[in-house]
Amino acid sequence: MAKARSSVYVRRGFSRRYESLRRAWYYFKRSPLSLIGLAIVSITIFIALFAPYIAPHPESAGLYMNFEEAYQPPSWKHPFGTDAYGRDVFSRVLFGFRYSMMLAAVVLSLAAPPGIILGLIAGYYRGTWIDMVIMRFADIFIAVPPLVLALAITSVLTPNIFNAMMAVTLMWWPWYTRLMYNMVSSIRNEYYVIALELLGAKKSYIMFREILPNCLGPILTKLTLDVGWVILIGAALSFVGLGAQPPTPDLGTMVAEGGQYLPTYWWISVFPALAIAFIILGFNLLGDGIRDIFAATER
Amino acid sequence: MERPPLIEAKDIYVGYKTYRGIMKVLNGVSFHINEGEKIGFIGEAGGGKTTLMKTILRILPPNATNVRGKVIYRGKLDLMSVSEKEMKRIRRRGLSMIFQDPTSALNPVFKVGEQLMDIIKYSRLEEGIKLSKKELREEALKLLEEVKLPDPQRVFDSYPFQLSGGMRQRVVIAMALVSARELLIADEPTTNLDVTIQDQILRLINEIVERRRLSVILISHALGAVRKMTNRTYVLYAGDIVETASSDELFSNPLHPYTRALIEAAPKLTGEGIGKGIPGRIPDYVNPPSGCRFHPRCEYATERCRKEKPPLVEVRKGHWVACWLYVKR
Amino acid sequence: MAQVNSKEPILRVDHLRKYFRVSLGIVRAVDDISFEVMPGETFGLIGESGSGKSTTGHVIVGMYAPTSGKIYYKGIDISVPAPKRPRHVRKEIQIVFQDPASSLNPSKTVFDIVALPIKLYKGIKKKEELENEVAKLLELVELPPEYYMYRYPRELGGGEKQAVAIARALATEPSFIVLDEPTSALDVSIQAKIINTLVNLQRKFNLSYLFITHDLGLARNFTTRLAIMYLGKIVEIGPTERVFENPLHPYTQMLLSAIPVLTEEEEKLKPRGIASRGEIGSPMNPPPGCRFNPRCPFADEVCRKIEPQLIEAEKNHWVACHLYIKRVQ
Repeated sequence: MAKARSSVYVRRGFSRRYESLRRAWYYFKRSPLSLIGLAIVSITIFIALFAPYIAPHPESAGLYMNFEEAYQPPSWKHPFGTDAYGRDVFSRVLFGFRYSMMLAAVVLSLAAPPGIILGLIAGYYRGTWIDMVIMRFADIFIAVPPLVLALAITSVLTPNIFNAMMAVTLMWWPWYTRLMYNMVSSIRNEYYVIALELLGAKKSYIMFREILPNCLGPILTKLTLDVGWVILIGAALSFVGLGAQPPTPDLGTMVAEGGQYLPTYWWISVFPALAIAFIILGFNLLGDGIRDIFAATER
Repeated sequence: MERPPLIEAKDIYVGYKTYRGIMKVLNGVSFHINEGEKIGFIGEAGGGKTTLMKTILRILPPNATNVRGKVIYRGKLDLMSVSEKEMKRIRRRGLSMIFQDPTSALNPVFKVGEQLMDIIKYSRLEEGIKLSKKELREEALKLLEEVKLPDPQRVFDSYPFQLSGGMRQRVVIAMALVSARELLIADEPTTNLDVTIQDQILRLINEIVERRRLSVILISHALGAVRKMTNRTYVLYAGDIVETASSDELFSNPLHPYTRALIEAAPKLTGEGIGKGIPGRIPDYVNPPSGCRFHPRCEYATERCRKEKPPLVEVRKGHWVACWLYVKR
Repeated sequence: MAQVNSKEPILRVDHLRKYFRVSLGIVRAVDDISFEVMPGETFGLIGESGSGKSTTGHVIVGMYAPTSGKIYYKGIDISVPAPKRPRHVRKEIQIVFQDPASSLNPSKTVFDIVALPIKLYKGIKKKEELENEVAKLLELVELPPEYYMYRYPRELGGGEKQAVAIARALATEPSFIVLDEPTSALDVSIQAKIINTLVNLQRKFNLSYLFITHDLGLARNFTTRLAIMYLGKIVEIGPTERVFENPLHPYTQMLLSAIPVLTEEEEKLKPRGIASRGEIGSPMNPPPGCRFNPRCPFADEVCRKIEPQLIEAEKNHWVACHLYIKRVQ
């Protein structure tokens, strides 16, 4: 009997999921810039995934030397020219996408979850000692200029890509705590949260199952925007020699290496630099587009 | 020969673009307001009252689409086809609107006086008059006095958050008065205000329009306020005028099933119960009901109502209804 | 009334105070009020914003502890926040909040929202059983479960949202429900439906309501007895009919006279010669003596100095005003 009846209810089926996607797409595509961002990000991710297969000279990614081909300007064979060791800059840039995306993925997947959870707890317990402890702790990290902290850490430890990532992670989580704290401390006053508290629902249930899902929009927006920023800081660290070390095909390292050959062999540093700009631009435009979706659907 | 109406709107259609398609909100609305007349619009939220007002002032949001119809101003100018610049001049010169939410009409980071002076400044510049800072200040203070704010000097130097809801609404009225010389549109001017404050604000608006001989369009969910304040009332349901009559006639002798249910549902002080309300809600404008838009919620609906839109017919002198119940075969 | 008095009250509020400490001082939201609610009745708590009516409701459901005073539910002391109350008492007292938009979690379906209290209080875990329980509750509030069960709040109108909130409140099978302005955000047509639903539920389950509202007209049609609050105090309390036929406190008279009404019969009920003026003061530093004295046309020296106590001016009809204290003495 119960079974028979339950099949009667209009469920959240494919058509209604499709409906919300359609709404999201409508608000997203209203701005052509968001579409450009989506295109750039798609290209970036594609390159990052398939760099070894699409790079014309995959051997250039590593310790490869061919001095006969060194310092060649852009040509059909080497669209972005070659560097001091005769490596194909175009191939190295494609691999650079891979490293950049990896850096962003690792840093954000390490920084965001603890940041989000701490912010959720602090926001829910706003005004208590729990809030005080968590938020002051986060403030300490926020107060130190990010690049300076990263510089300090990587220069004390061995400068390599792993330590660079740790350093960036360490300064990144408090921003998620901040974001969550602000959202949650207003959501926790909504009547539906109060109703749950009066009913005696578990605090962990209220926080993670009722409040958290309503914070996903801004978090997703921030994650997208942050990909660009993490890559930028990673590149900056590499540029000053504290991040990825040669011969890693890291975009920041490549810009730094190529810098000494400016302006004669401009292509060695200019193309990696443009690649960094390309990725950051893409993620920023996409992030704005995602923000538009949530801003519109919240109304 | 009678003077032409101040504003005569003819057959207005307005839609809004959304992700699901076009919301066909206004569905051929016509109304008029004479000089010095006070008219009211009633009907549930989402019925198109605010859209109608925004249409005649030409301040529709950018996703408005398929805007058709005529808004004849003083019998000669069609406001729908004049240039943007000309429209701006007409608005500044005589048409003004008080919006629903006094808080969002004020900028929180500027003092009340500064905001008021700004409005006066640009309004006067439009007329080619450049006022000095001192003159602007005097005029602003005069307006704050006109809306009976106690201690206008203090209000002048206050930020909006330092004022109560009632005082903020008075400030918003003062701002509207800068350019209200012909018509004042008050869109839910007392929503969210306490009843004793609502009473004071309505009396204030009444006093001002009498003194300044303004025409008024009052939109309110407080039916009693519309009855008391206006000469004539239009009932708007889902983008259609379903009934109009003099306010006394309309409220004492409503004809359209929608108007009747609405008035019946308003709680009376005599305690006779509050009717059964109206089932359902305002329709989805993307796929509005065929025929009479009220038919899905109407207990008298017939086959004809589902198929044909009823015309607005004069049932009694000055009392018009759009309902097949009142159309003689 | 005699019959009602012979019964034990279901809820007794005794010298309740609730102060909030804020950065600028102490807000005396509720300042020494007492009243009783009888089983099966609807008791109205009427006042403007800042009167403390909502805070009273919030303390009763246990959102926070009272500053002083006691609340008894069927004789059991419940003057503590909800988590500290015995489970069987906690399920007995429910609340429906004011703002339908904030009452329901936008990311949960109607099923999730209504099923949660059933899971918590009836220990039902199986999906099919939960669906059946939720379906029963939705039917009670006149939302066909076939359509509404898996809807999200954004797909519902304000009235439907509020009906879901009522279903959630009913899920624990309470006998006392605080209705905190449940219809203030709704159109009268929808309001009437919700109120009728509440009346039917009350008859069916012998529910007692504490109905908090600013709408006197609605209170007239829905409550059996009511108390008028002003700045944290009860100024008048009595059977609804008596308060409307013979409003005693000048504030009650002012409220009544401020209501824009729809019929001549109502017009006759409105007290004359007491136009509304001023605004409710700050509960942070209420005026000395009678708190209404700055707005009262009858205020004299005594009113400005001595706080009037509630006296029984006619049977079961109490008022806190020096006009009547003098008359009695």
